[in-house]
Amino acid sequence: MTGIINYGAGNIYSVITAFKKCGEEVFIINNPSDFSKADRLVLPGVGAFGDGIRSLDESGLKIALSGSVKSGKPFLGICLGLQLLFDHSEEGDCEGLKLIKGNVIKFSFPFSESMKVPHMGWNQVQVKYNGKELFLNIPDKTWFYFAHSYFAAPEKSNTIAAITYYGHEFASVVKMNNIVGVLFHPEKSGDYGLCFIKNFLEGKWLQ
Amino acid sequence: MVTVRIIPCLDVKDGSVVKGVHFENLVGAGDPVQQASFYSREKADELVFLDISATIEGRKTMLDVVRKVAEVVFIPLTVGGGINSIDDIEKLLKAGADKISINTAAVKNPSLIEAGAKKFGSQCIVVAIDGKRVASRKWEVYIESGKTPTGLDVVDWAKKTERLGAGEILLTSIDMDGTQKGYDIEMTRTVSENVNIPVIASGGAGTLEHLCEVVKEGNASAVLIASLLHFRKYSVTEIKSFLMKRGVEVRL
Repeated sequence: MTGIINYGAGNIYSVITAFKKCGEEVFIINNPSDFSKADRLVLPGVGAFGDGIRSLDESGLKIALSGSVKSGKPFLGICLGLQLLFDHSEEGDCEGLKLIKGNVIKFSFPFSESMKVPHMGWNQVQVKYNGKELFLNIPDKTWFYFAHSYFAAPEKSNTIAAITYYGHEFASVVKMNNIVGVLFHPEKSGDYGLCFIKNFLEGKWLQ
Repeated sequence: MVTVRIIPCLDVKDGSVVKGVHFENLVGAGDPVQQASFYSREKADELVFLDISATIEGRKTMLDVVRKVAEVVFIPLTVGGGINSIDDIEKLLKAGADKISINTAAVKNPSLIEAGAKKFGSQCIVVAIDGKRVASRKWEVYIESGKTPTGLDVVDWAKKTERLGAGEILLTSIDMDGTQKGYDIEMTRTVSENVNIPVIASGGAGTLEHLCEVVKEGNASAVLIASLLHFRKYSVTEIKSFLMKRGVEVRL
């Protein structure tokens, strides 16, 4: 059973529907005591980094979440859920969960009319060695749906599982031990998005 | 690179899909759940549902439509039409919408943009702007289905919505909508040059060339298409193949 962490950061319903579609039982984590029931954890989230981390902190979910992830439970962070894994974000100059080393940076382009921020829409994901098992049955350079203005720069390149190009390369998927983070929205990326969720659930990437 | 998005627009009235021509004269065009599945299979990049129901019962039906569509279609769903409050937004998101498009309510109460973006994230708030040309390189914002002039300048309003937290602008040309004579390229380009958020062009598509123009010359990040698709003049696949041949990046 997958626990979807509800910390008030936007819309978790699409994530719930997509996981159910993949045949998974899901429940919503509202309290620190809910973590023990979950076999896997999902941290969805949209909105501002500062609001996200404050909300996790104030609800008491932050400590329980860190503890649960450190104990080895498979974890998927989506969009803001990926960004929160890192040490620090430029957005609001805030500290994150510090589960993966690195910083979160805003897309910034010299004035150019075609480079809009947020990076919104479908973009190609190029899989690295570290991400192979997460992308089983998904062709390389498949398009996934993105909607974000910030990206993470991991300190260690071996935590990068896939990259995407928007003005420059950035890590669109990170993976370290039992932790996966994706900047795209698998729940909104059509059949291949659902396939990614199934791969996460099946857990071959853990070995 | 991020691809140009092809977004079918389904006007929904009391649970079924219709298409507006010049914002009037409605012609029936099918069942929303089936259409959504069809477009998703065709690799539509997103879907927009515009609720044009006039009654409270009709609006409730829309929540059911969204719920049913969200269970079978896993691409971004935008819902617009008659959304007035944070409560309206929340209900639609809970039903499975990913983005909310606000038009008249945003003009009457701009703080709704700010509150919505703060609570649900900017990516979720699309501000729809209906613009009508009033002079050379000048367009006025109209509300209430294009019937009421507001005195607001389209470009100024677009910039303001960005400052308030809008994640995208859905820009419709009242002059071109329903004519099939092409988008208002100049309005699209002028707005796109003045904001950093994506602009979705809408109103006037009649040929594949029109789509190419509004992307290349109008600098649109996405195109909203209704009648061109609903009456099967072209498929999403045909549109994308055409654009690709013209050097526009699309998702296939």
